[in-house]
Amino acid sequence: MISKVKASAISALSDIQDGATVMISGFGHVGQPVQLIDALTEFGPSELTIVSNNAGNGVSGLAALLSTGKVRKVICSFPRQVDSQVFDSLYRSGVIELELVPQGNLSERIRAAASGIGAFYTPTGFGTQLAEGKEVREIDGRNYVLEFPIRADYALISALHGDRIGNLVYRKTARNFAPMMAAAASVTVAQIDGLVDIGALDPESIVTPGIYVDRIVVVGERTWLHNGQFIGSTS
Amino acid sequence: MSGLSRDELAARVASDLWEGAYVNLGIGAPTRVAKFISDEVEIILHTENGMLGMGPPPAPECVDPDLVDAGKSPVTELSGASYFSQAESFAMIRGGHLDVCIMGAFQVSMQGDLANWSTGEVDAIPAVGGAMDLAVGAKVVWVMTDLLDHQDQPKLVARCSYPITAPACVTRIYSDLAIFEITSNGLFVRERFADTTTEDLRALLGIPLEELQ
Repeated sequence: MISKVKASAISALSDIQDGATVMISGFGHVGQPVQLIDALTEFGPSELTIVSNNAGNGVSGLAALLSTGKVRKVICSFPRQVDSQVFDSLYRSGVIELELVPQGNLSERIRAAASGIGAFYTPTGFGTQLAEGKEVREIDGRNYVLEFPIRADYALISALHGDRIGNLVYRKTARNFAPMMAAAASVTVAQIDGLVDIGALDPESIVTPGIYVDRIVVVGERTWLHNGQFIGSTS
Repeated sequence: MSGLSRDELAARVASDLWEGAYVNLGIGAPTRVAKFISDEVEIILHTENGMLGMGPPPAPECVDPDLVDAGKSPVTELSGASYFSQAESFAMIRGGHLDVCIMGAFQVSMQGDLANWSTGEVDAIPAVGGAMDLAVGAKVVWVMTDLLDHQDQPKLVARCSYPITAPACVTRIYSDLAIFEITSNGLFVRERFADTTTEDLRALLGIPLEELQ
């Protein structure tokens, strides 16, 4: 019987090597796989390249990982935030490399890797600093920039519920980058609030089919939910 | 010379949106437009982090950490809302499905070049988010901004000195002093606010400017 469920976050990540490229889902804190990031921070491979929309908020989660100095490069669309002081300081001191990618190009480059596309022409970024040095082409009177896929060794994602074979559903805007990242990495690890019986998820509503998910870590329901339903703010 | 307050301008922008329009409101001043959309006009708000049918901010006790807008502020879900991934959200944007995107700006050129992602300062942390995608993808790109920046320099200029977000994408500017149209025939004043005159605007901007007939 297939079971992708692992006993702990650490055991699900322990084969990540130094120098690995790791995708991390989330839009700020929303949909960030906090327990997986904390385990990665604790377990500590170094020289990592992180692919994520942001570059950490506050001092927890992704920001805590960056603060260990074990991240060499960040590929993201929006590092600058009111609470991105950890990244800001590492970037200004030249410790961390940044590849800044427009948000739609970031998601499409990940999607291209996920779906076996060699490269694609996009109008986004044409004529800007972010397209400097890139191949351009006019197609039907419109200008495009050639962009290449971003793939990863690992994807760390967060979902609401999953089953033992890795089918996943998400909650509201926490879905964001997780479905593409799940499909763009050699090994995908999903943290989920709760494990459901196989067959319990409506096949019509599964967002990430289990083929993309290699390991599942059950982290328990978040404080604002009860049986997957919103019960009110905790702040 | 006087003009509109931020809220008055937001209300003016809202009055130009139409029933059935799919609209993306950028971070900052454009977010205010949502407050002034009439209950009698059904407009569907898109937020690029993956939602259509975004509603107003919730009461404090109803803040849902899984439900935010592109500025990461808490929002609500209206009946008929849908959620989707980032790839789907930006396919929607790039694929020309959004009717209107309203963004802020550091500068807009007479040709409609938009600069709103970087001031080009050496020690600044760069960040772009979805601005470049929205600027090339929405059917119509409007800018909502004060006409002058904090140094009292015009934001509507002959050529952008800041790094651009996209070339020739803005067709209308809603500013505190006037509404401008950018066309292939040049720059036009569509509407002036309070006691602002076209001569005032010409003196302020120093670029060719005609009255829309």
